[in-house]
Amino acid sequence: MKTHWETVIGLEVHVQLNTASKLFSGAATEFGASPNRQACGIDLGLPGVLPVLNADALKKALRFGIAIDAEIPEYSTFDRKNYLYPDLPKGYQTSQFEHPVVGTGRIVVETEEGTSLPVRITRAHLEEDAGKSIHDAYPGLTALDFNRSGMPLLEIVTEPDMRSPAQAAACFRHIHRLVTHLRICDGNLSQGSMRCDANISLRPAGQDTLGERAELKNINSFRFLEQALEYEVGRQRRLLESGETVKRETRQFDHVSGTTKAMRGKELSDDYRYFPCPDLLPVHVDAHLLAEVRRDMPELPDAKAERLMREHEVSADDAARLTSDPDMVDWLDAALQAMSDDAPDGLGQALSKLLLGQVRASLNRTQIDMASCPVTPTQGAMLALRNLDGTLSSAGLRDLFRVIWDAGDASLNVDALIEEQGLAQVRDTSALAELVQSVIDANPKQVEQYRQGQTRLLGFFVGQVMRASKGSADPKQVSEMLREVLGE
Amino acid sequence: MPDPYLDIRELRTLLDGGQCSASELVEAHFARIEHINPRLGCYLRLHEQAARDAAADADARIAQGERSPLLGIPIAHKDIFCTKGELTTCGSKILEHWRAPYDATIVERLAQAGVVVLGKSNMDEFAMGSSNENSAYGPVANPWDESRVPGGSSGGSAAAVAAGLAAAATATDTGGSIRQPASLCGVTGIRPTYGRVSRFGMIAFASSLDQAGVIARSAYDVALMLRAMAGFDTRDSTSNERGVEDLDDLIANDGALSSANLRIGLPREYMDALKSAGYAATLDAARCELESLGMRFEDVSLPSTFAAIPAYYVLACSEASSNLSRFDGVRYGHRGEDAESLEEVYRSSRSEGFGAEVKRRILTGTYCLSYGYYDAYYKKAMRVRRVIRDEFARAFESVDVLLTPSTPGIAFKRGELAGDHIAMYQQDCFTTPAALAGQPCLSMPCGFDGGLPLGAQLIGPHFSDARLLGVAHAFQQATDHHRQRPAL
Repeated sequence: MKTHWETVIGLEVHVQLNTASKLFSGAATEFGASPNRQACGIDLGLPGVLPVLNADALKKALRFGIAIDAEIPEYSTFDRKNYLYPDLPKGYQTSQFEHPVVGTGRIVVETEEGTSLPVRITRAHLEEDAGKSIHDAYPGLTALDFNRSGMPLLEIVTEPDMRSPAQAAACFRHIHRLVTHLRICDGNLSQGSMRCDANISLRPAGQDTLGERAELKNINSFRFLEQALEYEVGRQRRLLESGETVKRETRQFDHVSGTTKAMRGKELSDDYRYFPCPDLLPVHVDAHLLAEVRRDMPELPDAKAERLMREHEVSADDAARLTSDPDMVDWLDAALQAMSDDAPDGLGQALSKLLLGQVRASLNRTQIDMASCPVTPTQGAMLALRNLDGTLSSAGLRDLFRVIWDAGDASLNVDALIEEQGLAQVRDTSALAELVQSVIDANPKQVEQYRQGQTRLLGFFVGQVMRASKGSADPKQVSEMLREVLGE
Repeated sequence: MPDPYLDIRELRTLLDGGQCSASELVEAHFARIEHINPRLGCYLRLHEQAARDAAADADARIAQGERSPLLGIPIAHKDIFCTKGELTTCGSKILEHWRAPYDATIVERLAQAGVVVLGKSNMDEFAMGSSNENSAYGPVANPWDESRVPGGSSGGSAAAVAAGLAAAATATDTGGSIRQPASLCGVTGIRPTYGRVSRFGMIAFASSLDQAGVIARSAYDVALMLRAMAGFDTRDSTSNERGVEDLDDLIANDGALSSANLRIGLPREYMDALKSAGYAATLDAARCELESLGMRFEDVSLPSTFAAIPAYYVLACSEASSNLSRFDGVRYGHRGEDAESLEEVYRSSRSEGFGAEVKRRILTGTYCLSYGYYDAYYKKAMRVRRVIRDEFARAFESVDVLLTPSTPGIAFKRGELAGDHIAMYQQDCFTTPAALAGQPCLSMPCGFDGGLPLGAQLIGPHFSDARLLGVAHAFQQATDHHRQRPAL
């Protein structure tokens, strides 16, 4: 009988916290500085230096803990994880081993099939990042860049609650959406602001104990995570079905070949000689600090989606897509705010269409983040408003949006632009009637055919009128008038 | 030339009265150092130009009427403290050419107080040793008998003060490194309450035990120095926020304690373990002297005293194994030549850079923290540490101060304990318990045995530093052991 295999996956997600300075030093954390310009004596592990915990990093970790309704221990401690590597300046990484800042919690992941998957969070702890070894900059030499040394990371560990690569990717996405909405991480995967390790094993369906697992390291894309895990499922199944065993090892995903390969054996687990860091006192999280963190808590993504659906009749799908980027929701809120006095019904819906349509397409085209969207919320709101009240046709909206996007000028006024560029829809029936008549006069053959029953030709006439109006006519109005005239 | 054995207050009178300038004082010290240091090896390096500049500055400030207790006072810094732009070797070959790019907090604070730094004093490599025979730059001789050791690890500091080569010297104490050499050299040295003096810029040996302190010719001088060094430092997370009002009061009272009716405890275990009859008689005489000053004595028990040495060596070595990982030959310090691989860089840099005792302790500590041994060594030692701390706390419910011997006996001969590591470690049997518990403690001269000085140790409750100095000052007002000079 053929065995049915169950896939079991757990994740460790490393979230780079967006603090202004490092976890234990005052050095800046900005991305892209030239090598070793953002590393102070503490990050370089000079003799005699000491770490001081960044209070903002602690608060951001707590914010995550509160968001997942986790147990928050009153005390957490830092430990040293000892190993030698040239980009690890002190010869140990300061991390939290025994007493993490965030205890057990829970998230509910929306899967692609539209079901809700509860995923237990084992813990989340603070730790410092290492520097970077660059092996290809100088032939025969390894270069070291310590800018990343001491960057604050929140490592989020899940229980092995996922049963498919797709679920794992959905979980990674969910955590991404959560930490970006919490404003504790910029979520920039390509700059390494989030990385994910996945533990994956297979077991015969119905078996309670876990099979031997492989750990996939350092994956920084949702798609790669799913691909890597898919590959692993196949690899492990083939091994098990041919009677072999899965080795406990760390594997790396190669996105070019779509395969994983072993990094280093983990049969003898590394001995990191963890012990409490004597340079840091236990962190005390008291009621006062928790209250402060709660007070500064931003709206959670699920609550945002729910609000968009309730207050602005945004569809569930659109709400989910909008909340994948907190800056989109902020932009939408700001646009609605700007129109608060005379926001007509449907403005929220219109704005969400604008965001998910043109805005998103333009962001993709120009490769920029929503945070630097050149069209201001007020401009966006005016565009949507003028489209809703019929002043601006959909084509006009599209053109004007592009004009404002390209200008990137926050002072541009939508109404003034409509006026200036003559984009106001021709709503004057007599002027439109003239256009309709001239099109009918110019195409007697098509008129004849239409009247003989080829009503599909209506589209042709609408197109001709629209062209004649240089797009300023309202197509709906045009087709009504055409139908009337042609029906005679 | 002024008398090289004047204490800080006497020097102050000369400087402020215009009988002697800081510059003359510096020149006199340099002349004496040139004459005597080749035999003693107290100083590793002199900061000649910087000292002359600081003295000239002090003279100008004194001439302008500035009055400040330490202005123009010549001191030495133990070579464990980082001094900006100057070599800081920590007694090790591995840092032979390393120039610190920053000042330790205490170096900064003493500079602000106006001291003149003559140079850096010799020490056991990374403060590991009790004889100053472990310095990579040669041993230090005891000024009372040049064939004998000065104690360690602050041997250079203690010998420099005892030989009249500095008015005071900074020092550090992890398990006894201030009190033992102070005792063997006939000077006064305090290990303040853990957390009272910043460790920032002090090269770490065992962070949870390392404490900066000072050695001088009298308790009053120690108080003046400590006043300038102590207090909260934002750069050291383990530094305590408590102020220095107690030291201010003591200094303002001319060293006199507000209460003379102190209860002094004699820990039975310490007295029973003291094998030297001469030492016991000396301590008894000290006790009579203190009684005549109005202090009452009673026996107390600290049953776990002798578990301190093993616990101390487990914890200190464990922390050291991690703290010294940063000396890897990668970013600074000695790098082995012709290394062909990364592992060889580590092996040759550390094999060549570290001395035998440092290697022994790194290996011991690495072992103690290893998987499978951690509970048996590190965890158990931590439990012993808690028991010892609790025993001190209980003792201080009934007494205000403890009086004990500082060392097992007088200074031993150079080479006498070479190869007998356990006997060497036993040198610390009276000093490690208070270090493990973080108590303040000092050693003051209390007599002689065969022409060699002996010290009495005072141990107090946390933050009773001023009280200990007050008791020592009262004792020194009534006795002249601390006024004795070696024949040089």
